[in-house]
Amino acid sequence: MQLDEFFVTGEPLIYAGMVAIVLVTSAIIFLLTYFKKWQWLWREWLTTVDHKKIGIMYILSALAMLFRAGMDALMMRTQLAFPDMNFLNAQHYNEVFTTHGTIMIIFMAMPFLIGLMNIVVPLQIGARDFAFPFVNALSFWSFFFGALLFNISFVIGGSPDAGWTSYTPLSGAAMSPGPGQNFYLLALQLSGIGTLATGINLMVTIIKMRAPGMTLFKMPIFTWSTLITSFIIVFAFPILTIALALLTIDRIFGSQFFTVTGEGLPMMWANLFWMWGHPEVYIVILPAFGIFSEVISTFAKKRLFGYNVMVWSIILIAGLSFLVWVHHFFTMGAGAFVNSVFSISTMAIAVPTGVKIFNWLATLYKSKIQMTTAMMWALAFIPSFVIGGVTGVMLGMAAADYQFHNSYFLIAHFHYVLIAGTVFACFAGLVYWYPKMFGHKLNERIGKWSFWLFVIGFHVCFFPQYFLGLDGMPRRVFHIIPEWMPLNQIATVGAFVMGIGFAVFVFNIYYSYRHSEREKTGDPWDGRTLEWATPTPVPHYNFAIVPHVESHDAHWDMKQKDKTIYNESKLEPIHMPNSTGQPFIMMAILFFASFALVFEWIWLAVAGLIGALVMMGIRSFDYDEGHHVEVDEIKQTERSARRL
Amino acid sequence: MANRSKRIPIQHVVGYVMSIVLTVLAAWAALNSNLPVIWIIILILALAVIQAGIQLFMFMHIIERGTGHAPWQMIFHGFILAAIVVAGSLFTMSFGFNHDHNDDGGHEQHEQHEQE
Repeated sequence: MQLDEFFVTGEPLIYAGMVAIVLVTSAIIFLLTYFKKWQWLWREWLTTVDHKKIGIMYILSALAMLFRAGMDALMMRTQLAFPDMNFLNAQHYNEVFTTHGTIMIIFMAMPFLIGLMNIVVPLQIGARDFAFPFVNALSFWSFFFGALLFNISFVIGGSPDAGWTSYTPLSGAAMSPGPGQNFYLLALQLSGIGTLATGINLMVTIIKMRAPGMTLFKMPIFTWSTLITSFIIVFAFPILTIALALLTIDRIFGSQFFTVTGEGLPMMWANLFWMWGHPEVYIVILPAFGIFSEVISTFAKKRLFGYNVMVWSIILIAGLSFLVWVHHFFTMGAGAFVNSVFSISTMAIAVPTGVKIFNWLATLYKSKIQMTTAMMWALAFIPSFVIGGVTGVMLGMAAADYQFHNSYFLIAHFHYVLIAGTVFACFAGLVYWYPKMFGHKLNERIGKWSFWLFVIGFHVCFFPQYFLGLDGMPRRVFHIIPEWMPLNQIATVGAFVMGIGFAVFVFNIYYSYRHSEREKTGDPWDGRTLEWATPTPVPHYNFAIVPHVESHDAHWDMKQKDKTIYNESKLEPIHMPNSTGQPFIMMAILFFASFALVFEWIWLAVAGLIGALVMMGIRSFDYDEGHHVEVDEIKQTERSARRL
Repeated sequence: MANRSKRIPIQHVVGYVMSIVLTVLAAWAALNSNLPVIWIIILILALAVIQAGIQLFMFMHIIERGTGHAPWQMIFHGFILAAIVVAGSLFTMSFGFNHDHNDDGGHEQHEQHEQE
């Protein structure tokens, strides 16, 4: 292989990208060396098994991915506003929308939510860490290296260009030769290991490690939505794993599962992909519902209205999510009966979702709403998400879908549910739990600026796209006809306003780090659930004494009864896991193996795989018992954290 | 762990060997056996059931009595989901389609052979 086949050449934007990568990498290396931080990086972050630190790393990576895929979006919008400028050519445009979609779903939305779960769930249920802290670190590094593998594709080897759905036969070896699609397959496979492991981990954590007294129906609603999400992950991700493996075998070893020749079934890919893909959209929306429920009930100062109904509707949505996948390909040509069945099951999902919307409204009804930034994200979510939901039901009607299919109407719909649902929730959750993570609030004034910019930009960007779709503009085109120009230019303006909103959000992180008042109480929002009972900064063992829970909204209840969870006389040594570098090393080796397989260097990949097996062997005979935190140390930590 | 028993886990080794034997048998049936296709499919399905049994009984502690009971609920949901995947795929992928591709498929393959 020649060097110019290895690196992507001939595209000025990509050369700029290469220069940026080299500069940023050298800057990071320089700063780490100059401030002698290498050891700190390894000791405090790369080897940590602490769920709070892993959560922070998840969220930082997700913000970086949001930036990257957001830049992709801005590039597409620029191209569509000025199609004659030849800003992107057809091939480059295909690559950009593929990476935009894949990164936003797999490497932004999921890690962001999993990051919040990492930090919040153990605190909400009174646990000291995940059930399997080692596996949790492994999950993070598998996501991290998967994202890295996917992101280097645009400078090395060329990005995948068959859309985030990667439909066969287009994505097969015959029509997409070269490493591009392999990057997609192996990056998703690598990060999928982590997602599946996190699903199991969270499930066991929530089922087995709740504080005494916390029955399932006394759990905070975010923990409930996390539990249900974990179930969906455990049941849906194996389908993706198999589909990716089959397509990888097709592409690299020449089998014929999804090929047009050799009796392959190309449509089987769409079938398997959406069997995972539809539950996947609920994996990213259910935790969002949980976050909004927490935020709304905190700032409405009321117990969540219809808590039990909320839980059951989450369970119902999760169950139905496995029964609707065909609505993504009504136009495939299955019989009218098949389409009717899935049309009806799709519309059925609107019922529990509607129940949730009304419960949020009822929680707000006659309450004294505090207009914090987090609450504003949650309030903006309700009407925006309803627009997305209603148009979703329109798309769910099979007959009408033949008109809407693959038009901008669809694009507008899923951005309305994914941005207004998931992205607003990520921002709301980050703002809401930020004081718990970093010991200070994000500045409210700047936060509201970023909120208004982002929300207005969002509607300006995506509302016109419904009408573009009705005017017949198909998705995934890089050139448009004059009739579509005005609305496209409006949408592009909206996209850039969203970009500014995000920039203001990031600036707010820096500004608040410098200027925000440090948190003293650990309960800045007058919260209701157990995570606010811990001091800030949260000690690495979370709870000096495992709390005893008597009611829903445990912390609120304790505050009413003037109780605290801390009692110095009852302290006992705490058993905690040790840090370990194994997850990082194991996943780095798998990254190497996957990279080799992307270029189909089989023997190198085999060597990498053997390395990973050796690491697993080492882990199997690793009798690390962890360590105990002694009472004196706990006393000291708690006194300084609680300012006693 | 301090109280970890040092004896060889016979059950796991046997289960592992049997799993490999079953896999090799399935590969042989598909590649070298010259059986009619329908019998190959039946054989592989039978092997799959045995394999699942080995997993459940030899690795997943299904009959062990200890601190907890077997996670019947998860197994039940697993079966439901497997049923949805298989029955759903058959339903979606075969309803209203004409599967008589013999002419086209054979022809295309034939062309490819000629090109080679």
